Amino acid sequence: MTTPARIAGLPPAFYRVGAFVISLIFIALIVLISGASPVTVIGSMVGGAFGNADQIGRVIATLSPLLLCAAGLVYTFNAGLYNLGVEGQITFGAIAATWLLRVVYPEGATASLLPPPLAIALAIVVGGIGGVLWGLLAGALHVYGRISEIFAGLGLNFAATGIAIYLIFGPWKRPGVASLSGTQPFDESLWLGTFGNTEATPVALGLGLLALAFTIIVMRNTYFGLRLRAVGRNLRAAYVLGVPARRQLLSAFFICGLFAGVAGALQVVGMFHRLIPNISSNLGFLGLLVVMLVNFDPLWILPVAFFFSALNIGSLQLPLSFGLESSLAGVIQGLLVLFALIGHGLAQKYGRKPGE
Amino acid sequence: MKTNRFKVLGALLLVGALASACAAPPAAAPAQPTAPAAEPTAPAAEQPFIVGMVIVGPMNDKGWNEAHVLGAQYVMEKMPNVKFEFVDKVNPADRPNVKGSQVADELIAKGAKVVIFNSDDFKDDALETAKKHPNVVVIHASGDYAWKEGKNYKNQPNLGNLMTKMEPGWMIAGCAAALGSENGKIGTVGPLINEETRRYASSAYLGAKYCWENYKKRDPKELQFKITWIGFWFNIPGVTLDPTKVADDFYNGGFDVVMSAIDTPEVAVQGKKAAEAGKAVKYHHYNYKGGCELAPDICLGVHYYNWGPGYLKIIQEAMAGTYKGTWTWAEADWSNLNNRDTSSFGYIKGNALGAENEKLLDQFIKGLGDGSIDLWKGPLNFQDGTVFLKEGERATDQQIWYLPQLLEGMEGPSQ
Repeated sequence: MTTPARIAGLPPAFYRVGAFVISLIFIALIVLISGASPVTVIGSMVGGAFGNADQIGRVIATLSPLLLCAAGLVYTFNAGLYNLGVEGQITFGAIAATWLLRVVYPEGATASLLPPPLAIALAIVVGGIGGVLWGLLAGALHVYGRISEIFAGLGLNFAATGIAIYLIFGPWKRPGVASLSGTQPFDESLWLGTFGNTEATPVALGLGLLALAFTIIVMRNTYFGLRLRAVGRNLRAAYVLGVPARRQLLSAFFICGLFAGVAGALQVVGMFHRLIPNISSNLGFLGLLVVMLVNFDPLWILPVAFFFSALNIGSLQLPLSFGLESSLAGVIQGLLVLFALIGHGLAQKYGRKPGE
Repeated sequence: MKTNRFKVLGALLLVGALASACAAPPAAAPAQPTAPAAEPTAPAAEQPFIVGMVIVGPMNDKGWNEAHVLGAQYVMEKMPNVKFEFVDKVNPADRPNVKGSQVADELIAKGAKVVIFNSDDFKDDALETAKKHPNVVVIHASGDYAWKEGKNYKNQPNLGNLMTKMEPGWMIAGCAAALGSENGKIGTVGPLINEETRRYASSAYLGAKYCWENYKKRDPKELQFKITWIGFWFNIPGVTLDPTKVADDFYNGGFDVVMSAIDTPEVAVQGKKAAEAGKAVKYHHYNYKGGCELAPDICLGVHYYNWGPGYLKIIQEAMAGTYKGTWTWAEADWSNLNNRDTSSFGYIKGNALGAENEKLLDQFIKGLGDGSIDLWKGPLNFQDGTVFLKEGERATDQQIWYLPQLLEGMEGPSQ
């Protein structure tokens, strides 16, 4: 195939911006076909994400677990692993956290057996351990069982959701009621504190930012990060050069599981205050999109994750203000990702190289 | 690098497909708002009184959810200055990461003075919203937090409950099912198990048993009344049992009448197919007035909700500033069940019932209305054989509302 001369050799930013502009045109077309005005829809979605303190709080509440998942996925992606099991790791973390809270605040009790801040902290730790277990299970299947991590992860996602549903409809069901709305909400003393009357919790945001900062440092400044990338680029060569490949792979699953499990625990103590069947809220999948979009570079995760959180929250305006199907937001999200990748690919292939 | 890029693209497609599959199950129909949506820039000649409605399923589901939308339309017809804003499919499968209370916040931010939650599953959200917005009237349809004599009373003055007293409606449905059955095998496709669904299923059983024995003069031992719970009010692929399969199992398992107790029309649709394949089967619909139109020749009847009058009263009081959080268990108008201005539920007989059975059913309805037929009366045992009501004892509202088990003689889990 010959390179089309007219579009070759331009600055890389040209392709990326061009792709973004084309994606906006596509989005506008789709909104028009749905029977609404693109400008009003986008304006309303921005207003729906940042219009008042509640909405900003919700964007932050979505951002926090998303940052944790995205940060965790940086390790597995850099190790060459497609950890689609991150959803299950969030769910199992949430199950573990719920278990801990049910132990320290048994049904029928009038107060927590432990001081509430300690109980919440323990729940987050136990959630992290749950995520690690689920992550390592996928890792072991991959490393020792030679099962593709994609299928191992997907299978374990179904298993984790199945366990959550079993618990919600079975041993942990509300008194007299088994319902998809989840387990009995925890006592308010076991809820994470929030910024004012919003749903954003400083602890969740702090943990998300901390995980991201930690990841940036590890990936850029440590020997561990370097070895992880070496394993990701060429597993065999890394092994031959003396990098303990198995240990590296399992470490990546360990860290990703830990962060995802903490995210799951935060969904329980900070967001839903109970276990619900879809406790992960698809944030793991959203995290995968974010990390792939930033080309596995943790430096860009914060703005991209923030953008997707805002899109996620703002999309509620679609049914509310326009009577549009809110899954249209998924289409918008998908188009942005697709065109960003196309732009990235074109920039790499045809973009002017430094020194040209 | 090339393979890696392909892997990235492949994984992206897979993730995208999974995410969209999780976000929007194929069963969910797109929302078609029946009322004009808010136009933020519309000139406000006269400020409308905005009522928000948080709906658990699709608003055009020909079932529970659409019945609420019809109630809202009734209010708008009677009070042109009232405008409803709807958000449907507010459940964790259709809208992950969205809570009912968040939707209510949005509706209130848009000016809603009354917010209605239309499902039992919203009890926590309704309470949270009422606490957060003490100047907004919050109505939780089907709940009991505002019932002072109830088990779960919460002292929250701006939170009220409205529920139709549908138990007699279920008795009529059960009676029609028994009258329409030849072999006495009646199956019910049930939603999830809670107090509401237990008392409804039990009411249907009581109605079926009464009519089987008293009108058909058949041996009660010949009556098999089985319920299979799918796990939610409608199908969520991979999470609930598939109601299509459950209905098919009944039709293929020799049950000649299947009753629907869920929000969506699978029982009717599969019944039609079974009848077309030559099976002598009939169905009984629920929730939606037009339920018999799905398969008119094999429909025994439908009991449907009429939320209009109940909502009208609450909204009139809210507008006047006189509404106080109360628990309302709205009664039917026995003089005319299908009076949309007065009755909390209605009943429409289907073609498959037949003229003779219609007369018997009318007799049964008359008896329920004038109190000569009272089925919540002892002796009645629970499913496990323990005594529920002693000889001559009448169940209180609390005993009926919080029914802890199915009744003796019914098949299917109580918990």
